[in-house]
Amino acid sequence: MLSQRDPAALPRVLLTLLALALLWPGLVLSELNLAVLFDAGNLGNMGQFLSSFWPPAHDPEFLQLLAQATLQTLAIATAGMSLALLLAIPLALLATRALSISALPRGGQPAWWASALRWPVKGLLIVLRSVPEIVWALLFVRAVGLGPTAGVLAIGITYGGMLGKVYGEIFESTDLRPTRALLLAGSPRLSAFAYGVLPNAAGEILSYSVYRWECAIRASVIMGFVGAGGLGQQIDLSLRMFAGAEVASMLLTFLALVLLADLFSRWLRGRLA
Amino acid sequence: MKRLGNLALLLAVLATLYASFAYLKLDLLGLFSGDSPMMMWRYAQGFLQPDFSAELLRQIGRGTLETLAMSAIGTLLASVLGLLLALPAAGRFGALAKAVTRFLLNALRAIPELVWAALMVLAAGLGPNAGTLALTLHTSGVLGRLFAEALENTPAQPAQALRLTGSSSISAFCYGTLPGVWPQLLAYALYRWENNIRMASVLGFVGAGGLGQMLYISLSLFQQAQAASVILAMLLLVLLVDLFSNWARQRWVQAG
Repeated sequence: MLSQRDPAALPRVLLTLLALALLWPGLVLSELNLAVLFDAGNLGNMGQFLSSFWPPAHDPEFLQLLAQATLQTLAIATAGMSLALLLAIPLALLATRALSISALPRGGQPAWWASALRWPVKGLLIVLRSVPEIVWALLFVRAVGLGPTAGVLAIGITYGGMLGKVYGEIFESTDLRPTRALLLAGSPRLSAFAYGVLPNAAGEILSYSVYRWECAIRASVIMGFVGAGGLGQQIDLSLRMFAGAEVASMLLTFLALVLLADLFSRWLRGRLA
Repeated sequence: MKRLGNLALLLAVLATLYASFAYLKLDLLGLFSGDSPMMMWRYAQGFLQPDFSAELLRQIGRGTLETLAMSAIGTLLASVLGLLLALPAAGRFGALAKAVTRFLLNALRAIPELVWAALMVLAAGLGPNAGTLALTLHTSGVLGRLFAEALENTPAQPAQALRLTGSSSISAFCYGTLPGVWPQLLAYALYRWENNIRMASVLGFVGAGGLGQMLYISLSLFQQAQAASVILAMLLLVLLVDLFSNWARQRWVQAG
């Protein structure tokens, strides 16, 4: 006689109960309260706010402000990326194993002292990229004041760390035989890099940098929320003033910007590949 | 011809760089002249002696737990909501429902967590509740899309076989479709959880609880020593999550 019941039901129920017991402290700590959203007074306020989203603000004065903020966001991302490159390229050259001379007679493994000398640089790269960019932005806003400078510096530092790590790995992943031949024949490291590594790695490096530039645009909008200029700062201001129509048109601009940056970066990467 | 194009591209990049610096009127050199390096150094010095008093460590511990709880509950709710939205988005309830839910998922996903958090702080007040809701909204957009793709790519035969032998559509889904896609759904949810832990630690900047809120408050009060400890805690949290997820991935994904 075949049972109609699922034989695995009991363990599943027990597992679910266990998961719920573990989640309980999480529910308490996160103070989850969905009822707040459906509270009558709150619902009225939010409804009013949301209904002011349509039509999005489009008077000429506001559109001019919007265009300025958008340009500022783009400029922050671009300037930040150039600082990041200034930081990343020397650090990647210092950190990569690809240009190690002590590795030549050891089959690609640098001597222990050479690895130990590279570790501080790698550690610096880890610290630079592990603190989120918005934390750097907040720190710089306190140090250099509100405005785009803080955003540029924050992107420069975080993306410098990320690019430095990735560039170093790209250098190591190329075919190292030309580089080793150059190094063994006595060429200095920089020329070995320029003629051995770079021709093989350039495509990948360019396409990764373009992809990061696209990420930097998104990051610069986000960083505006802590006062680092650009579109994000304007969104934050309008949110605080409950100006729904302005928020709506700025969110639409943000979406369009992200979409265009995505298309543009895909086109550029396709071209560079 | 291609060479000429590349040259033009290079010139365009340089022109854009110049235009960006000119538009922002950045005074980077000004940061290194006059007495501003001195002031920056004094500001930075405050961070060099993190505060490790027991009281602060207890608060940081609570903030870390709050961050973890926000990300866990947010991801869990988002998985449930994402699965509910993924069913119509995978085309199980007709083309109209598919188009509508796809649009909804894209909208949820396109707005970043921090913007959702700023909105939720207005709607639900300050505190971790707003952060949890913000993570839920953004993540359900992301997971809904991923889940819908997983559901579309899973073989339909087991569920069809169950339907043909007379089981209801719900049990056909639970016993025919779900066992096949379950591991993939879980992998997506865990991956998003990892992202959300990182995100939850900064959502507090707009008042949505967790470690971020502690950092924001201590920086606003110019308590650099306390801020430095919170930053160290964030760094530690992110590095531990990275290590753990690398380990888990090697342990389970590559072996399996």
